[in-house]
Order: sequence, then C-alpha cells, then structure tokens
Amino acid sequence: MSADQTLAFDPDCHIFTGCGFPAPGLHTFMYEPIATWGSFELTKPMLLAILSSVVVVGFFWAAFRKPKLIPGKMQMVGEAGYDFVRRGIVYEIIGKKDGEKYVPLMVTLFFLVWMMNLWSIIPLAQFPVTSLIAFPVALALVVYVVWVSLTFKKHGFVGGWKNIVGYDKSLGPILPLVVVLEFFSNLLIRPFTHAVRLFANMFAGHLLIVMFSLASWYLLNGLGIVYAATSFVMVIVMTAFELFIQAVQAYVFVLLAASYIQGALSEHH
Amino acid sequence: MNALLLAAAEEPQPPLIPHLDELVIGLIAFVIVFGFLAKKLLPNINKVLDERREAIEGGIEKAESAQIEAQSVLEQYKAQLAEARHEAARLRQEATEQGTAIIQEMKAEGQRQREEIIAAGHAQIEADRKAASASLRQDVGKLATDLAGKLVGESLQDTARQSRTIDRFLDELEEKAEAVR
Repeated sequence: MSADQTLAFDPDCHIFTGCGFPAPGLHTFMYEPIATWGSFELTKPMLLAILSSVVVVGFFWAAFRKPKLIPGKMQMVGEAGYDFVRRGIVYEIIGKKDGEKYVPLMVTLFFLVWMMNLWSIIPLAQFPVTSLIAFPVALALVVYVVWVSLTFKKHGFVGGWKNIVGYDKSLGPILPLVVVLEFFSNLLIRPFTHAVRLFANMFAGHLLIVMFSLASWYLLNGLGIVYAATSFVMVIVMTAFELFIQAVQAYVFVLLAASYIQGALSEHH
Repeated sequence: MNALLLAAAEEPQPPLIPHLDELVIGLIAFVIVFGFLAKKLLPNINKVLDERREAIEGGIEKAESAQIEAQSVLEQYKAQLAEARHEAARLRQEATEQGTAIIQEMKAEGQRQREEIIAAGHAQIEADRKAASASLRQDVGKLATDLAGKLVGESLQDTARQSRTIDRFLDELEEKAEAVR
C-alpha cells in the first residue's frame, strides 16, 4: 500500500478525473484504534464483537428473564430461536438425551455468530466481525476444546485416540494410512476449516459489498453514472444476499460444532 | 468509513493470522453470552417450557378423564333407558293380558247373568203358568160343578168324587191339547 492509495479514499475521487479506482483490499479490514489502554488498542470490530454479546444477551434477557406459561411477543420470538437450535440442530444431530447438555453452547454460538455477521449490513456498523479470522478462531477454539476433551473423557486416553484417528482393525493393511489421514483431518484441519469457512464467507461478502459501494461512488461522474446505478443495484442485491449468507453461515458453524460433539460421543467414528 | 480505515502506512496483516487481542475479545464475547444463557436465561425458559408441557399434558389428561366419565354416564343412561323401555313393554304386555282377562271375565259374567235372568224368567213363567193352570183348573172345576149342580139340581158337593171327576176331565183336556200341539 502506497501513499497514493491512501489518497484513493478521497471523496472527490471519481472516474474521468484522472483518479484510479480505490479498490478494496486487506486494508479494508483494518481499523485504527478507537481507544488505547496501555498496549491494548480497542478497534471498531472489537467494539462490535462486544456489542454482539450485549445484543444477544439483551435479546434473551428481554425474552427469557421472566418467562411466562403463556408467552409474550418477545418470549415467543426467543422461544422460536431457542427451539430452532435445540430441536433443529442439537436434537437432530446429537440426539435428545446426549445433546441436552450442549444446547446452551450451541444457542450461544449460533446467536453470537449470527449477530457478529449481521453487523455487516447494519448501518454505521457495516462490518462483519467474523471477517476477521481471530473471531471465528476464538469460537472454533471453544468448540475444539469441548469436543477433544469430551472424546478423552468419554473413551479414556487410548479409546479417545482410537476415536480421533478412526482406528478400526477391519481396515487391515490400509489402517496406518487411515490413521494418519484421520489424525490430520480431525485434529489439525478440522478446527482450521471450521474457522476459515465462516471467516472466508464473511470476508468475501464484505469485500463484494465494499467493492460495489466504492464503485458506485467512484463511477458517479459523466457517463459513468449509468454504471454507478448498476453498481448500486448490485450493492442492494449483495446486501440482501449477505443477509441470507449470514444466517446460513451461523447455521453451518453450529451444525458442524454439533456434529463434532456427536462424533466425540459416538463409539465408532 | 474512510476515517476509520487504517492508513496504508501500516502494512496489513496476512488475513489468516489471528490478532491476539481480537481473539481474546472474541472469547470474552463468547463467555459473556454463554454465561448469561447457560446460567440463567436458558434454565429459566426450560423450566417454563416444562411447566407448559405439563400443563398441556395435564389438560389433555383432564379432557380424557372427562370424556371417559361422559362415556360411562352415557352408557348408564342408555342402560337405564333400555331398562325403562323394557319395563314399559312389560307393563303394556301385562295390561293387555289383564285387560283380556277382565274382558273374558266380564263376558263370562255377562253370559252367566244372562243365563240366570233367562232361567229366572223361565222359572217365573213356569210358576205363573202353573199358578194360572192351578187357578184355572180350580175355577173351571168350580164353574163346571156349579153349572152341573144347577143343571141336575142337586149338589155335587161330594168333594172326593167331585175332584176326581173334574181332574180326570181336565187331564183329558190337557191330553187333547197336547195331542193337538
């Protein structure tokens, strides 16, 4: 990034004025600190992450603080969301008996991830927290710790390892190969893909919205106005699409977390 | 947004290397939500959901027991109704039988009375006839005797002879009359 790219964000930069397109890039995902305490720098994504917690807790506080037998509107909505994760994901994948214990974890993950994603299209925020790899990693790490410790707790040390590497005598001569593959696949690649899947989706989505937004502004000059209009339509389309993707990615993230826990609990991997 | 975007002076981090501060913030965000949900809010709603399920199941049970009761009452009523019908039929039958008996009795009684009356009439007529016959016989005898006495001029008051003669005469008359009849 050079100095002229900093200038590229100049609001007066339009097409046909000798100014290059201020393409979004990695710098789009970097923010200057809002506040600094010693070595700690609070940035906008961090603030949004904490705000996500506040919103999710606030919502469920309003819905479930004093729940009634005959629910009010907030409670009804909260129950619908809760039921979606509990029945739709946990009971479906882990089962009712074993899964009940993990419902709070899954509900937390789903609504926290969803809220973190949602900031992408909320005016003024307009940044998906999960497009910074650290946040998906933090949540994937929690899931990873849970399912790995669960595996050893459930099957013991040797049994746990056998579960993780998919040890199965009936495989015969290809057993060593399977063991090595499963070891890498489950223990190393799985948490990585779990986090990156969410990160990459939100990263790409945000990049698209930013690109079309910048283009709409950049093209707003002379003949470029026609293209600017097209670009702006794309902003709206992508925003609507992101709304869908945000929910889907939160769902997928939790679905995978549930299936990892289910795998840890099951006898045969 | 522009103001918030980091100046290009700082080299952007590779996108797949997590920033430690952000990771910690992410964990804190998770712990906040998990703490509230797992410790307070979800147990809250679970309790209410259980209560609601129990309430609904209780309602269903109540409805079921009410239905069973209604069924038994209905059967009871049906049984009573059938019994009542049976009783009514029996009473009707009995009444019919009794009526028939009474009519028979009345008929028999009427018959008997009629016969009695007829018999009494017959007896009366017979008695009257006998009386009339006796009286007539006496009168005719007396008249005949008187007439004969007057004709022969002497009294034929000899009772024994008189009655025998008269009676014989009258018997002959009767025999004649019966022969004619």
